[in-house]
Formats: sequence, structure tokens, C-alpha cells
Amino acid sequence: MSAPVFIAGIGAVSAIGNNVAEHVAAFERSEAGMGAMSLLNSVHSGQLPVAEVKLSNPQLAQQLGLKAAVSRTAMLSMLAAKEALDSAAIPGLNKLRTGFISANTVGGMDRTELFFESFLADPSRGRLKDVIHHECGAVTELAADFLGVKDYISTISTACSSSANSIFFGARLIRNNILDVVIAGGTDALTKFTLNGFNTLMILDQEFCKPFDENRRGLNLGEGAGYVVLVSELVATMLESAPVCTLSGYCNANDAYHQTASSPDGTGSFLAMEGALQRANLTPADISYINLHGTGTQNNDIAEGTAIKRLFDPLYPHMSSTKSFTGHTLGASGGLEAVFSVLAIRERTIFPNLRLQTPMQDLPFVPETMLIKNASVNHVLSNSFGFGGNCSSLIFSKT
Amino acid sequence: MEKLIQDLKVQIIAQLNLQDVKPEDIGDDQPLFVEGLGLDSIDALELIVLLQQQYKIKLSNAEDGPKVFRSVRTIAEYITAHQAQTA
Amino acid sequence: MIQQQKIVKGGSVVYESAEPTLLAFLAAAYQQLGEKYPKFYKMDNLSKLGWLGTEYLLKGFNKTKYQAEDMGVVLSNANSSLDADLKYLESVKEMASPALFVYTLPNIVIGEISIRHNFKGENAFFITEKFDAGLLQQYVSNLLNDDILQACICGWIEVFKEDYKAVLFLVEKQKIIGESQSFTLFTIDNLNNIYL
Repeated sequence: MSAPVFIAGIGAVSAIGNNVAEHVAAFERSEAGMGAMSLLNSVHSGQLPVAEVKLSNPQLAQQLGLKAAVSRTAMLSMLAAKEALDSAAIPGLNKLRTGFISANTVGGMDRTELFFESFLADPSRGRLKDVIHHECGAVTELAADFLGVKDYISTISTACSSSANSIFFGARLIRNNILDVVIAGGTDALTKFTLNGFNTLMILDQEFCKPFDENRRGLNLGEGAGYVVLVSELVATMLESAPVCTLSGYCNANDAYHQTASSPDGTGSFLAMEGALQRANLTPADISYINLHGTGTQNNDIAEGTAIKRLFDPLYPHMSSTKSFTGHTLGASGGLEAVFSVLAIRERTIFPNLRLQTPMQDLPFVPETMLIKNASVNHVLSNSFGFGGNCSSLIFSKT
Repeated sequence: MEKLIQDLKVQIIAQLNLQDVKPEDIGDDQPLFVEGLGLDSIDALELIVLLQQQYKIKLSNAEDGPKVFRSVRTIAEYITAHQAQTA
Repeated sequence: MIQQQKIVKGGSVVYESAEPTLLAFLAAAYQQLGEKYPKFYKMDNLSKLGWLGTEYLLKGFNKTKYQAEDMGVVLSNANSSLDADLKYLESVKEMASPALFVYTLPNIVIGEISIRHNFKGENAFFITEKFDAGLLQQYVSNLLNDDILQACICGWIEVFKEDYKAVLFLVEKQKIIGESQSFTLFTIDNLNNIYL
């Protein structure tokens, strides 16, 4: 039960890089990935900045060695999951029980949109091949086939906390001796569907987002995928290089307040953070860095901040929202931010919260605005909260 | 103004799926949110859509919402003021 | 269990109607309950189905014996929120509806159930090709055995246009002695038998 679960590998693709090394470099340069839409074809092009992965679908297919492009959601997943698995370099992997737990919220919506464009123009046209991977589960299957994982495949879809949930589900499968190795995280591609939807909720910033700023105006949508490779203690001893950290705590709770809005006191966030600390057997003072959910909306940041205040006051760890770099990648955000949490420990670095000018009046703390190197990072708390009140917190601890 | 207020009540009920509510149940000055009709933030966004669809009025700043959507009368006043402007 | 215009609890029919459409059936079943919950009408069909199902499921359940954090919801289906996705896409042609967009995620039904019954424990939504009793049994048993939850609603909930099926289970860790309700053990076989 208390057997630790180790992080053996990481993989990431987002607007700031196509692999982990490019992410580290972008963090060092404090360079955000948002910009004008170049790949997504939308009426909002030019008005709403987005954080696109800088590879087109043909480029992604080529890089992956696919004959033809499939759903972008699946290709992003393949790229990051493959990097994670390769970086883990697990000896004798084919003899181990391996699982792939992946989250996403849009599924193959990007291909479905393509289909409808031609189908609506002429019902005899439209490639049916474009819609067969519409559902979220199909995206996971495509990526699992690509990775060659057969033992255990599962898809979680709980909005923006989806991939944090897939990570602790993976950890449980290892703790209960059901699997030895789990590639866990999530993926989401930008689609018109989500862009239009978030636009109707009026929570998209027309400029680059400013999480935890008093004058924040909303989020920027992003896309990407992030995965960690979780392994049992036994597998960890077989690795050539010792893992840098464990997944020491996790908790999920429901805010039970509103479909999309967080409760004013951040009940769900508080319960998730408190529960993760308990499971990790840590106190708030042990946490070195919080990777905030920090979307940049009025509602999220004050609710999350209030919950942090309730739990941590008066001693606050370093904090930042890396969504100021990657935008909000929805179903991928928990996976990407898990990778960043591992990087904070491995690189001994606290990433900055970009564009924060005016600290929030109602909060007694301010996230870091500058990159901090040579920091002592022992325990990292990563928050992911989603619509439907689904709140998750993960804790990564240095080995 | 009176006709506009009556029209609005019918439109609000339809737009927000308030199936158990009748137009006469909504007072002209009754607060629409929280303690009044119990509307929430998503309803506010739907009201913005209603203004845009039925009256071609675009409320681009969500922060104006609470002021404009305080009651049916305030919405009617906002529409009247806005239509006068554009006419 | 809700399917074919019937609501069945513990093997007996508790509500039946001849309404021709799913929408009308759900509305009639709601009205029959006599509850005042105006938000019901704003929900998408998946949430309505889940909300109604849990109303019947939790009748006679004394939730005050648990902390809110000790009660959770784990649901699954094959089509995610496809039904709501299509209705939302339909609205985009004229003007995108925020109220419809809100329901374009499958776990919103869990949010609605959690809000209604003040469940604040762990919740998850799985997408599986068909009803996977093994996954639910394993996941929920782990939550109960590890004391993460004391009670959990779990099951399958699917809506696509006029096709629908909800099979919900209330699983409690502790068997309460003295309560008159009969109990079924939380096994894969029992789940499959009830689902069929």
C-alpha cells in the first residue's frame, strides 16, 4: 500500500516545445508559446491568441513515421508518450505488465470538423474515415497501438483535471500490483469546437493571459500532450539511471458547487490539496513549489488562491502558473504540468509566472515572476481543476 | 417600455428553460440573480446571447452584466437606451 | 436502472411512462418526483438521466452518516458527451450557446449529482467501448478498501439521441445491520447480471 511509485520517464509537446529539452530551453528564455492562429482555421483568427504546437499535421505524421495523418489529438499523444517511454529506457519492457492511461476531452473532434466542412457543402462528399476516431477512447487506442501497449488501456475524461486523474489512476494500478509500468497523462488538440465554446463563456483573454494578476481577463487556449512513465519499486531498481522523484501523494475531490464555476472559497481545491498532503504524509511547510492550476480567469485564480491561503498561511512556497507559457491545454494540462513538476525537481528550477504585474489584492502571496535557478526543490504540488467540479492535486517528491 | 418588459419576460423564460416559471411570476424589479430568480453565471451569458439575437445589441464587456441584468426593467432600459443610440 | 421508458430499482419498476420522446419521458419522470429543482430543465439529457437515476437510487439512503468527502461518483460510457456536443454544434450555426457548451463534457453529470447530493469525494469518468464491470469493480473497490471513500455511486450512463441507458449502483463499504434493504455483493458477475 505504501510502496512508492517512481517516475522513470517524461515526455511533452506544447506550444513551447516539441520535446522536453525544448521546454527547458523555453523556460530558461522565459518565452511564451502564444501567438496569432496559424494552423487552426477559425473566424476568431487575429482576435484571440492561442498556444499552438508548432508542427502541422503532415509534419507530425512525418515525424512519427505514419503513412497518413490521423487525429491531431492522437498524434500529439503519440509524440509525447513515445518520448516518455524512450526516456525511461526500461530494460526488458516487453516482459513487464505495461499500461497506457490517457486522458483527453476533444477526442478526434479536429477530424470530425474537417469531415463536416466537406460533408455540409456536399452530402455525398466528406471522408467517413475522418469520423471513425471521433470518440475519446479511439484516440487512446490509436496511441496505444503506436506504442505497442496491449496489457491495459484506459481513457479518462473529466475536463481539465483529466490527465492528473490518469496519473494517479496509473499509480494505483502499480500499487495494487496490477501493472509494473504505466504511461500516464493526457492530450488535447485545439479545435474550433473548444475555441468557440470557451469564447461563449467569455473567459478568453484577447491578449496573452495573466494568471494571478489583479487585472487578469481570462485564459488562452493551448494544445499539447504530456506523459510520465510510472514504475514500481522493483522496476525502478532495474533502471540504469535512478529516477529523480516519486509520485508521493494525490487526491481528487468534487467542489459540488456549479457546473463550470469554482466555489468562492475553493472547497474542492482545498480538499484535493489537503488530501494529497495527507497521503504523502507531508505538511504544507514541506512543499517547495506549487505548479498552480492558474488559468487566468477571474473565478479560478481567486478560488484557488483562497484555498491555498486557507491551507498554507502564513508560510507560502514558491508558486507559478506555467499556463502563462503553454496556454490552457485542457485535458493535457495535468500531464504537461506533471512533467514540469518533475523538471522543477530535476533542474532545481522554479519557473516564472509570466506577465504578472499587479498582484491580486485579496491574496497575501505573489507567485514568482522570475526564473529561479539552483533552488532547493524537494516536494512539488501540482493542481488541476476541471469543469464539473473535478479537482485534483498531485505531489512529486525528490528521491 | 411596458410591452418590451412583457416581451422580455417571455423571451427570458424561453432562453433559460425556466419551465416552471410564468411571465407574471417575474416582477419588473425583482432581482434576477441569486436571491431572486436564482440565475447563475451561465444564465448571464445566455442573456447576452438573447440581447444579441433578438435586439442586435452586443454586450462585449462581461463586467457590465450585473448592472444590466439586475432586473427585467434594467434590461429593458438598457435596450431602449441602446436602440436610441443606434437609431 | 433507466431504459425503455422505465425506471427500475432493486428489480422492481418504480416509474413507467408512455411518453414518446426521451425529453418528454425525462420531464414526466421529474415531475412525478414532486421535487422543486428548476435547474433540471437546463441540463442536457445525460445530466437529466444521471440526476433522475440518483434521485431514485438514493431514496432511503441516509447520507448524513457520512462526511461529504467520503462519498464519490465513478461513471462510464462509450460516447462521452456526443449527444450534447451535436446539440451545441447545431447552435453554433446561429449563435453558439454557452448553456449548451457547458454540457459538452461527460463529467458534468457527475458535477450535477455532486451538487445535488453534496458528494465531495473522488469522482471520475471513464470512456469504455462497452460496459466494463471489471474496471468499475476494481476502481471502486480500491476507493473503498483504501478508505478514500465510504460510499460511491458507480455505473454506466449513456445517451445518444433517443437511445439511452443508465445503470447506477450505490456501493457502501459497511453493511448496515438493521436496515431493511437487501444487499447484493459488489462483484463483477453481479454487476454484469444487473446490467443485462
